[in-house]
Amino acid sequence: MKRVIFLMPLLLILPGCSGNWGWYVVDPTTTNGANNLRFMATGAYNTILMSLTAIIISVIVGLLVALPGLSEKKAWRAFNRTYVEIVRAVPILVLILWVYYGLPQLSGITLNVFWAGVFALALSDSAFQAEIFRAGIQSISKGQYEAAQSISLNYRDTMRYVILPQAIRRILPALGNQLVYMLKMSSLVSVIGMQELTRKANELVVSEYRPLEIYTILVLEYLVLILIVSAGVRWLERRMNSSEV
Amino acid sequence: MTDQPNLIEMRGVSKHFGDFQALKDVTLDVKLGERVVICGPSGSGKSTLIRCINRLEAHEVGEIVVDGVTLTQSQDSLDKIRGTVGMVFQQFNLFPHLTVLENLTLGPRRVLGLSEDEAKARAMLYLERVQIPDQADKLPRQLSGGQQQRVAIARSLCMEPRIMLFDEPTSALDPEMIAEVLDVMTELATSGMTMIVVTHEMGFARRVADKMVFMDKGEIVEVGTAEDVFTAPKSDRFAAFIKQILNH
Repeated sequence: MKRVIFLMPLLLILPGCSGNWGWYVVDPTTTNGANNLRFMATGAYNTILMSLTAIIISVIVGLLVALPGLSEKKAWRAFNRTYVEIVRAVPILVLILWVYYGLPQLSGITLNVFWAGVFALALSDSAFQAEIFRAGIQSISKGQYEAAQSISLNYRDTMRYVILPQAIRRILPALGNQLVYMLKMSSLVSVIGMQELTRKANELVVSEYRPLEIYTILVLEYLVLILIVSAGVRWLERRMNSSEV
Repeated sequence: MTDQPNLIEMRGVSKHFGDFQALKDVTLDVKLGERVVICGPSGSGKSTLIRCINRLEAHEVGEIVVDGVTLTQSQDSLDKIRGTVGMVFQQFNLFPHLTVLENLTLGPRRVLGLSEDEAKARAMLYLERVQIPDQADKLPRQLSGGQQQRVAIARSLCMEPRIMLFDEPTSALDPEMIAEVLDVMTELATSGMTMIVVTHEMGFARRVADKMVFMDKGEIVEVGTAEDVFTAPKSDRFAAFIKQILNH
């Protein structure tokens, strides 16, 4: 039954293709097809590496931006709001172009394609991470802070041992979402020449003229990656919850 | 009791929440080893009063001196006072992601700088004192309300405070669990701990309190020994309150 449901989308596509599939370009039983598949798969390394690097940076930056947003001081909160509103308003693609082509002119710093991509992705995502962290931290009851104060814990220890461990459990599903989002948005870095999944597919399309089959494989590549991430996040959630029960 | 020095002195303390005056010119002394029970209708400022002592609420007017340290905005005075004063909350406020033992050792390790072994030994000592050493490795949510509150008391005691504040410690408990918490508190009182307890448990007050404080509308209306106050309340408001509670 499960398998049938899985094949349904394919059934929807097939009637419209009027026998024009040219699976030979990605047929693993032929030398050329196997080579093409291997060529496409080599992009996975950069997609994964870039997404993971970017998500790690964006989580750290997001947390650092979220904390002043919870401050009692107006200036700190204003910093948080300004950062979030501005960064959130820039489309990722625009940010990638700006960092890669614009930043060198502005600052003289030239980033290679990988780091330009990571920087743009991380910067863009950090605004969302900041909001997620802020909401997560705000969801922790006042009583937890008071209990921490009553045993004289300082701000850093209160955050580190009391508040953040609880907040992170609560925002884990949202963090998982962001990782999925990051994997998908990393495809945009192909426009500045990053050799990741989408770029590889594009290059193959140019030489093979079979966009339908190649992009279908590309869709499947992202699907597999993201299903793995989803399963991983759910496993982590279960593990954290079971340790809390 | 009269020859003991004052451990807490509150002089003319006032506090507003917006337009609402939570404390009006409150003056109260608590001597070393004294057990003070504060009662009064809800919204009368009882909780606010004890929360001002360790500055979970900041008072606006007046002076609070704890163990010789005047409470000001300075982090230094705050650290000193919070190191002297322990607090138990109505909602327990245990750290839900940490085991009972970790709840107890966090403060001693991070604040007092004890080693893991020292902190554990101390934690077990106090868990035995509140009679739940066998629950050390459980998470708070696996315990009953009464057990959680006893863990909270032990967590405070692990910091070895000189004063313990109790903010309606049994109000969130099912009736059958109130006794076990009051027993622990009674034992603590017997051991000579200076205590300020906000509670409606009049039996406990009668048994333990050296001094009863009745508050209404942010003011201290009446102060007296438990015996005086219960047999012959001076103010009408207190008489009415006691009648209400005892007949309830």
